[in-house]
Amino acid sequence: MLNDHEVLAKEPFFRITKRAHISNLKSWGIRLIAVVLSLIVCAFVIMAITGENPFNVYLGIIDGAIGKKRRLWVTIRETLTLLIIAVGLTPAFKMRFWNIGAEGQVLMGGLATAAVMIYLGPTLPNGIVLLLVFMASILAGLLWGIMPAYFKSKYNTNETLFTLMLNYVAMQIVTFCIVFWEKPSGSNTVGIINGANEGGWLPKLFGLDYGWSLVIVLLMTVGMYVYMKFSKHGYEIAVVGESQNTARYVGIDVKKVIMRTMMISGGICGLAGAIIVSGASHTISTSTAGGRGFTAIIVAWMSKFNPFVMILVSAFLVFMQQGAIQIASQFGLNENASDIITGIILFFLIGSEFFITYKVERTKAKKEATAK
Amino acid sequence: MTILMTFIQKAIGQSISILFGATGEIITEKSGNLNLGIPGIMYMGGIAGLMAAFFYERASAAPIGFIGLLLSFAATLIVSALGGLLFCFLTVTLHANQNVVGLSLTTFGIGFGNFFGGSISKLAGGVGQISVATTASAYRADIPVLSKIPVIGDLLFSYGFLTYLSIIVALVIGRFLMHTRKGLNLRSVGEDPATADAAGINVTRYKYIATTVGAAIAGLGGLYFVMEYLGGTWTNNGFGDRGWLAIALVILALWKPLNAIWGSLLFGSLFILYIYTPGLTRATQELFKMLPYVITIVVLVITSKRDKLENQPPSSLGESYYREDR
Amino acid sequence: MDSEVAIRLQNVTKRFGDIIANDNVNLLVKKGEILSILGENGSGKTTLMNMLSGIYFPDHGDITVHGKKVTIRSPKDAFALGIGMIHQHFKLIDVLTAAENIILGLPGNESLDMKSIVAEINELVAKYGFDLDPEQKIYDMSVSQKQTVEIVKVLYRGAEILILDEPTAVLTPQETSKLFDVLRNMRKAGKSIIIITHKLNEVMELSDRVTVLRKGQYIGSVETSDASIDLLTEMMVGQKIDLEIDRTEPLPFVGRIEVKNITCRNRDGVAILKDVSFTSSAGEILGIAGIAGSGQKELLEAIAGLQEIESGEILYHSPEGETVTISDMKAADIRDLKISLAFVPEDRLGMGLVGSMDLTDNIMLRSYNEGKHFFANRKNPRKLATRIVEKLSVVTPSVDTPVRKLSGGNVQKILLGREIASSPNVLMVAYPVRGLDINSSYMIYNLLGDQKQKGASVICVGEDLDVLMALCDRIVVLSGGELTGIVDARTISKEAIGLLMTSSKKGGAQHAE
Repeated sequence: MLNDHEVLAKEPFFRITKRAHISNLKSWGIRLIAVVLSLIVCAFVIMAITGENPFNVYLGIIDGAIGKKRRLWVTIRETLTLLIIAVGLTPAFKMRFWNIGAEGQVLMGGLATAAVMIYLGPTLPNGIVLLLVFMASILAGLLWGIMPAYFKSKYNTNETLFTLMLNYVAMQIVTFCIVFWEKPSGSNTVGIINGANEGGWLPKLFGLDYGWSLVIVLLMTVGMYVYMKFSKHGYEIAVVGESQNTARYVGIDVKKVIMRTMMISGGICGLAGAIIVSGASHTISTSTAGGRGFTAIIVAWMSKFNPFVMILVSAFLVFMQQGAIQIASQFGLNENASDIITGIILFFLIGSEFFITYKVERTKAKKEATAK
Repeated sequence: MTILMTFIQKAIGQSISILFGATGEIITEKSGNLNLGIPGIMYMGGIAGLMAAFFYERASAAPIGFIGLLLSFAATLIVSALGGLLFCFLTVTLHANQNVVGLSLTTFGIGFGNFFGGSISKLAGGVGQISVATTASAYRADIPVLSKIPVIGDLLFSYGFLTYLSIIVALVIGRFLMHTRKGLNLRSVGEDPATADAAGINVTRYKYIATTVGAAIAGLGGLYFVMEYLGGTWTNNGFGDRGWLAIALVILALWKPLNAIWGSLLFGSLFILYIYTPGLTRATQELFKMLPYVITIVVLVITSKRDKLENQPPSSLGESYYREDR
Repeated sequence: MDSEVAIRLQNVTKRFGDIIANDNVNLLVKKGEILSILGENGSGKTTLMNMLSGIYFPDHGDITVHGKKVTIRSPKDAFALGIGMIHQHFKLIDVLTAAENIILGLPGNESLDMKSIVAEINELVAKYGFDLDPEQKIYDMSVSQKQTVEIVKVLYRGAEILILDEPTAVLTPQETSKLFDVLRNMRKAGKSIIIITHKLNEVMELSDRVTVLRKGQYIGSVETSDASIDLLTEMMVGQKIDLEIDRTEPLPFVGRIEVKNITCRNRDGVAILKDVSFTSSAGEILGIAGIAGSGQKELLEAIAGLQEIESGEILYHSPEGETVTISDMKAADIRDLKISLAFVPEDRLGMGLVGSMDLTDNIMLRSYNEGKHFFANRKNPRKLATRIVEKLSVVTPSVDTPVRKLSGGNVQKILLGREIASSPNVLMVAYPVRGLDINSSYMIYNLLGDQKQKGASVICVGEDLDVLMALCDRIVVLSGGELTGIVDARTISKEAIGLLMTSSKKGGAQHAE
């Protein structure tokens, strides 16, 4: 309030003020405009590269993402993976703890899964193996989450940089393990684990290949929504995120909350590793997480930490990625085209948030009258 | 003796890209911007230089290495600076979260590099790999006379000009930060933008310039990699995670470019130490490659524990500054 | 004649929303004089000066500097006119040295020659008699040293007119007299100095002239030689103030909180409370007086379990006759023992409440952990929020509104309402009426009085002595972390408290390091 005049005095062409309130309709309208703009820019980019007309490009994208039953299921599978990682990141971000380490947590989860599958898969009954897979993957992710949390709560160590570094430690551990697990020898890849007996593979559910993944991920999504919104833990996380000072004042053990929350966050990301390895790829490599740990950060952020919105955002991103991969292969180009498309869409979505938070007005049109 | 010599040369070869990236990120972070898009920007810088040289060599009947060098150098600077500019536009002007923007930029930049690196020759109607041998040899030219001195010549003067440039840039940026008025102002922007603003420093301008210049410097790391290290060609994801190593190095160097010079040599050595350490299996080699990250984490923890203000990240790192929220 | 005038303000008016901070104020500052701007908290002194230093822009009125009409839109404009202001909150960068802070943002030789800059600064330091090492880092400095840096910074930039906002609020008496010496040296050098203050003795000691503001209005200016404390007091407060706070007799003395010889250090290792002992009683309001930063905050936080104690102990005597040592407990332990201790901290939105959360969620802060359920119960807090809104007539669109959007008075009502909802045995409040309008203030006084009658031990930190003397039963006076007296609020004189606030304890306590 007090600063209206200052802003007025210093913004020569535009006046930028924080919106007091914005309706849901308007804010989603702004996001929709951003999406449309980004799609137009993407079309131009693809056009410039391939020479195809934009209409065909988008038909190609739709065809690539959902055109065949198999493609549709790949899109759903990828959406689920991105979604569960974003869900896992939610409590950490809500607590203002910058967990950039999902990539590493997913990898560690995947690694634990692969280990259980390789060493126990062929011998134990599948149910037990799967149980162990889940436990091991959650534990591995949890371990990767708790380290930065411990040092953050003890010495206030910068968690952004810490979790970032852990990603690459995880990656090297994976390469290390691949040396022992590689098949055929010298290939430097693990190949399909237990291809013959499917030990440790998530079985079909209702006849669907990814049925279990679907159930687990949706359960986690709903569970996270409930946890954050209605539980005492969720409330504590919100208070710690908004003001650690207040949290201490009312007797919330801030250190405990940070540790607990990062255990949950890392654990879910570890579980995501199991979903990928046991549920889909049945192998492990350094690209098992494939950058989704990073994309999920953006998904969680764009969704304002609402798990249900995350379904929408991750579905849209994956849809565009899968479509772009299809387009690229049609023209014999490489699949990295999808990263360019993702990048462009993200830039527009990120930029649009500004217009939701702030109101931009031409200064000369209206003056102080609008200030209040 | 020769093994040691080769080791040092190879270690330096590994360290230059990282040094460029770290120097660029240091000046960026000193403005309070944590640009996690640097790894992507280094890919963009690399491919831009390569493409410029590629099109020049294709268009010209008898390409001259020096012109290819100039064109690719300029292309790298421009494209990577644009990456920094985009980061600034989104974070400073549009107040977006720095981590989110940085990670998006890295996704975009790596995709950009790999896409064009893998597709450019096909898009241009050719087949097979890109190769810009003429330009690359200009980049690889060592220092005439001096490099012929035995031992010392090999050790100190056998590299292309980008190697020397990386050290010069680090020294210049180090001096700029500590011994000039603008450097002092920049540091104050990263520490406490509100105070800098009150002292009449244009916070927005400093952030823009530091981040854009930082991105351009980092882009040179990508250029070094494709031209001098790979000899004018591209392999997808060949650059690997050197960009993240650069960000790690910033921490190890405690935000001081001079330390980054030693640090990059250390990282470079660790990168290839396994080749020269007898008795290592393939598995332990991989553990060796983990060392730079582990060391960085240890340094990060120790400095935060010591709580010595000079060794901390700039106070406002990662936070946006809007005057109206003051 | 006019050349003697440094600054002239004519009919300057500044509004913030409905509140008029300055109403047609006139001001005249001569060259080479020390002018005091005197007024109570909220009289508009700082706002007026902020218009000179470019922080605010006046709605109406003219500013003339050295005979020329000027427009000051930013601190930069103010500097260009030779006006420099030293704010209460220092704007310094911790990791830089004093010299680096002083030259920050200035044009000049691009290559920094710190040696000659330090020499220049040392020259200034010697000229006016400062005590400053230009190469010392800010984070190594005491508050008074930081203030020195701010003053030198302004002088280095060539300011001819210096404005100091409550410069002595954070200083010890020795530091204050040192500062005054420096200011007199500056006057000798022809600088004009404006100090904002509400301390009469300083006005009399230091200044040449006094301008008095009251409730945003210009009351008048007098030569200090013609002024007396009585005259200035009358100008400052208007008619003799009778606050008419309804004060009942305290209940018979029953010890509730017993503070025994506690000593605390802050993060830098400076002793902030030194060997403080007192006992609060049930059914009384115990005031705590002292200049800002005398250890009031730390004292309350120590009792609430939020501040680590180096030595000494704090006991809680329950109404049932049990005695619990709470000094080694954290806030959570105290809560879990069901000791009903309520605390309204000074920083309402940064500590007592969460600004971005709605009323219900804020009311829930104290009680969310009750019961063994995994899920939080929002039904009861919602009811309580509704009740508080009704009972204390809080102005809010609904209980789902973020508290950040409420006005200061309503925020305080929510906070106090929540804290007294549990019928506490001990109620601690810090600066309960700061920033509140008259009506809200009286409502708060009455609420505190009610709690006292219900048998709570109320401990109230305040800054306005008139209020403390009218509201409290006994007053504990702190000075520089030491307890300098416990007095009867009904009989003590204001001057006597003022004396205790600035005195330092004689004897061994001083060597307690």
